[in-house]
Amino acid sequence: MDISQIGSILIITLHAMVPICLTAVGEIIGETAGLFNIGLEGILLTSAFTGVLGAKAGGAVVGLLVGMGTGAIISLIFSVINTYWKGNQMITGIGINLLALGFVAFGLIVLGSPGFHPVPPEGRLVAIRTPWGRLSPIIFVALVIPFVAHWFLNRTRAGLILKATGESPEAADVAGIRVNLVRLLATTFGGILAGLAGAYISVSWIGSVTKQISAGRGFISLATVVFSGLNPLLALLGAFVFGLFESIATWIRNLPAARMIPWQFVAMIPYVVTLLVVSGAIGRVRFPKALGKPYIRE
Amino acid sequence: MRENQGTSEFRLLRGVHRTLTGLHPALESLLAAVVGMAVGAILMRIWGYNPWKAYAALFRGAYGSAFGRASSLARGVPLVFTAMTFAICMRAGMFNIGAEGQVFLGAAAAITVAFFHLPPGLHLIVGLVFAMIAGAAWSIGPALLKVTRGVHEVISTIMFNWIARFLVFFLVTNVLVDPRRAEKTFSIPVSARFPVLVSRTDLSYSIFLAIAFALVIYFVLWHTVVGYEIRAAGLNPTAARYGGINSKRTILLSFILGGIGAGLAGASIVMGQPPTYAMFSGLPMITNTGFDGMAVAMVGRNHPIGILVAAVFFGGLTAGGRTMQIFASTPLEVVRVVTGVIVITMAIPELLRIFPRTKGELVKILALIRKLRQKRASQSEESP
Repeated sequence: MDISQIGSILIITLHAMVPICLTAVGEIIGETAGLFNIGLEGILLTSAFTGVLGAKAGGAVVGLLVGMGTGAIISLIFSVINTYWKGNQMITGIGINLLALGFVAFGLIVLGSPGFHPVPPEGRLVAIRTPWGRLSPIIFVALVIPFVAHWFLNRTRAGLILKATGESPEAADVAGIRVNLVRLLATTFGGILAGLAGAYISVSWIGSVTKQISAGRGFISLATVVFSGLNPLLALLGAFVFGLFESIATWIRNLPAARMIPWQFVAMIPYVVTLLVVSGAIGRVRFPKALGKPYIRE
Repeated sequence: MRENQGTSEFRLLRGVHRTLTGLHPALESLLAAVVGMAVGAILMRIWGYNPWKAYAALFRGAYGSAFGRASSLARGVPLVFTAMTFAICMRAGMFNIGAEGQVFLGAAAAITVAFFHLPPGLHLIVGLVFAMIAGAAWSIGPALLKVTRGVHEVISTIMFNWIARFLVFFLVTNVLVDPRRAEKTFSIPVSARFPVLVSRTDLSYSIFLAIAFALVIYFVLWHTVVGYEIRAAGLNPTAARYGGINSKRTILLSFILGGIGAGLAGASIVMGQPPTYAMFSGLPMITNTGFDGMAVAMVGRNHPIGILVAAVFFGGLTAGGRTMQIFASTPLEVVRVVTGVIVITMAIPELLRIFPRTKGELVKILALIRKLRQKRASQSEESP
């Protein structure tokens, strides 16, 4: 293996890291405030689709913004149901994932291309050229956001308010914090990051949208959150590890010696790794006390 | 206030109130179905389809003819099994979304009966047993991860679903493949098929297996010690633990029971749906059986009887979706949008808060009606 091979593996790793990193950091913000959003998979899928629509209409930046808006709208619905209406967070998330499957499949048919829709070249985000391949600028966003989130959660008053609503909503309520509003804002912010991640997948990274473009990345992000124990910096590390395994899977598939291994087994690698990482991480991780429970004032 | 309670209006209102609260769970499910279809209609409108035409074609296709009713029931059969998978774990307080992968493996295991000969009947039973074992085996992984490592079942079951998907892709194209037709597996031999119940439709005797399975689970959950422990663990885990219930055992048991159901769902598709009795590469017939089952379970309120009713509704949506696609040229996928919205709506507790619930509320409403009447009466006196 020479330098150029290592370089190209690194570039694929960074690209595969971005959606998991952004989604996981967004979910860390939401879970710190006490909402557990398993609808991330659906947000990724829907915003990948709407991102393409935006990119076709007004270019790559519009596509990314439309993706973020989509994430905001979906998570706003999610958080209204699960704060003010005391809904069941698991069931809402499952419903969002089902809805996204139908919405995107329907939308692809309306666009006249069931199954697959490419982004026109002028709608793709301009990439930075390097000797080993093109590099998406969103990678730098994904590298910076975990540090910003870490600073926000641990060094600001707003971060402390977030932690209070997740840890002890009763105490936060007594202290004059509007628990439901804080939770709603935190989850919506998480949705915006997931929306950016979804639009990045289609508009910047892959350049097309399919019915299964999210490929379990929403759930891998949830696993990364578990691994990180709600620390954004560890989430960045976790996302990098998942990206690495995804690029190793791609690399193995192209090896001449690996023709013997059926592709299906190579494709399993990210999911098996996720299971291993999650089962290794649990035990040392502590989650907010009120995570997953609606806050009901006595 | 007290004197109001004898009046005829109060008795009428009390009757309405009792009917509503008695039907409360069913009404909520109905309301969710209406909301889901309304959102589906809005989406169709936006994207240039005619919702009235589409829904008319859907319901005519699903329930308007003997053929339609038979195929609606046939689509409902696998959903009963996967809905039970979700419902059993919900009763135990867990979110098992692993039915999807367990269905894949159950179907693949059932296909293996094509490799040997047995007398009719016995062949079918062997196939069902294979499917149950495969489904249960695939459900043990997430259960053990939860019991030993505390891994949340939503994450582990989804990962198991993806792994199962690729594993069965491999099995379908490499191991079970029909050498004469590379796009499909061997067909289940006649001796291991469910006989067709209504000729020239795809409704087979598998429907009786689905009903029997629902009744067995009902019996297990409400009339055995194991079922009592599962429900107790779901209602209040702390109290159940103090009551001496082994939570690890209930987790394992409810996952395995669910896995058996999901395996049977896979078997009911490949062994009971004419004309091919086989799996195709890409798994078109089998994909989403597990996920649709979750919607059936929720609308059926995680109760076996409710699930049977809800499965007829969702089976009708799927069967009618096909006629809608043909006769109203509206994509089948709109059905999945409707399903998703129904599930989201079902997540909201006390959907029917808009109706009066307590005696106090009734009396208030009664007083309001009185006041309005008096006002109207005094108005009519003033203007002759």
